[in-house]
Amino acid sequence: MSTTEEKEQAVADEGQEATEEIAAEEVHEPKPVKPGTWRFLIPIIAFAMGFGPHFLLGWVIFPQLLYGKKQQPIDFNHKLHVEEMGECEGCHFFRGDGSFAGIPDLSSCLECHEEQVGEHPEEAKLVKQYVEPGKEIPWLVYSRQPQCVFFSHAAHVVKGEMECVTCHGPVGESEHLKPYYYNRLTLYSRDIWGSNPAGYKKHTWDRMKMDDCAECHEEKKGIKEACFVCHK
Amino acid sequence: MKEAHHGEGDKKTYRYGMVVDLDKCTGCGACMVGCMAENNLPFRKDNSDRTRSMLWMRVYKISNGRTFPNSDISYIPRPCQHCEGKDHHHATPCVSVCPATVTDYSHETGIVSQIYTRCFGCRYCMAACPYHVRVFNWWDPTWPKGMKKYLNPDVSVRMRGVVEKCSFCYHRLQRARDKAYAEGRAELHENEYQTACTQACPAGAINFGDLNDPHHKVYKLKKDPNAFRLLEKLGTNTKVYYVSSKAWVRKAGNAYTGMQGDVVIPG
Repeated sequence: MSTTEEKEQAVADEGQEATEEIAAEEVHEPKPVKPGTWRFLIPIIAFAMGFGPHFLLGWVIFPQLLYGKKQQPIDFNHKLHVEEMGECEGCHFFRGDGSFAGIPDLSSCLECHEEQVGEHPEEAKLVKQYVEPGKEIPWLVYSRQPQCVFFSHAAHVVKGEMECVTCHGPVGESEHLKPYYYNRLTLYSRDIWGSNPAGYKKHTWDRMKMDDCAECHEEKKGIKEACFVCHK
Repeated sequence: MKEAHHGEGDKKTYRYGMVVDLDKCTGCGACMVGCMAENNLPFRKDNSDRTRSMLWMRVYKISNGRTFPNSDISYIPRPCQHCEGKDHHHATPCVSVCPATVTDYSHETGIVSQIYTRCFGCRYCMAACPYHVRVFNWWDPTWPKGMKKYLNPDVSVRMRGVVEKCSFCYHRLQRARDKAYAEGRAELHENEYQTACTQACPAGAINFGDLNDPHHKVYKLKKDPNAFRLLEKLGTNTKVYYVSSKAWVRKAGNAYTGMQGDVVIPG
């Protein structure tokens, strides 16, 4: 049997009837077909061809489409300010009624930056764009929870004596602000869900989902909390 | 599911409740308005339309059904009764029927919660509640132009398709706790946590506090010989007590509507 015939035989095996007819004309008595040893690869290749693109779509392309990226209005240097102002509480303080001030407003910046004190371009931006017109800085809050969530800093930091780092990570050591990623559908910060697409976390501050809150509450308090403790 | 009940650690437990003096209630409706403003309840152009208006606190008007000169009326303000059930089992009617664990009974505070974002609107709880305290959002809430800025940030706004109800102003408890923590206290003063309706009542008919605490006003008031609870025979073990010097009102409080001469006109 010539090589051409072999090829034709192989094609015929694929089940293409038209080719089979031609092959049958040339070889009058076709031998019984022996399946090729490579055939077991077909389902594997087919699976890989399906799995590969869909895996990429789900784990790489979809997260990129889902999450938008924004830059903070000013690239704030936490490390420098911690050196000047002291610990986190220097700027992120509690008010008298136990509520938490969160991100400081412009008046806190004005205490030092009424006029430019250094030569950094980011500081120049602050003075020109926000201090001079008296405009509040539209900071993007990485840890902003959905509206249905109640969170009390007083209960955790004052009563529970927790460290800021436990939930927020070592922000105080950073020299630049990371980009703000947000879910385009829900508009929530990506830091709530966590940046790992598998939902895997290495540190306590990698995620801020309900499960993370519940895990710690159950561990520390030894009880299953009522819903109203964190929901509103 | 874990066996541990809510709040059964070594923590102190509370039973927040209400005692309403019906002899003082004038039916003015300030509690309803105060509640709506506090809890971001939307209102309609004609909010007297009972089939469509939403209220967490509703004032009912009941009559003894007799003719002059024997006719008499009384008003019954009705928030969520926060049923405890008997023996700390899940006997709160709405809690036991909810398929989505939207609502739960906290054994720490005695308050029945409602998590709107979990609710999918099957309304089993509305059918189960003997006091009709639960309301359903048939529409997304709307407010007159500019009024959105006046919404209470401590209370989330509910969306179409979910059930909501009175929370005993739980956010006020959270606020009061925050203040106590900041001042290094563990216990709250009685006047630190009061519901909006209690404070809105001009007649001082509504009293609120911890029913377990002998220092609280409600502790003494609930032991009044004229005190009763709504539909007590159902065994819901509610935490809203009423006080009335009129025997027919006390009787009506334990009866279904329209029983033998007692006519209830929902108002």
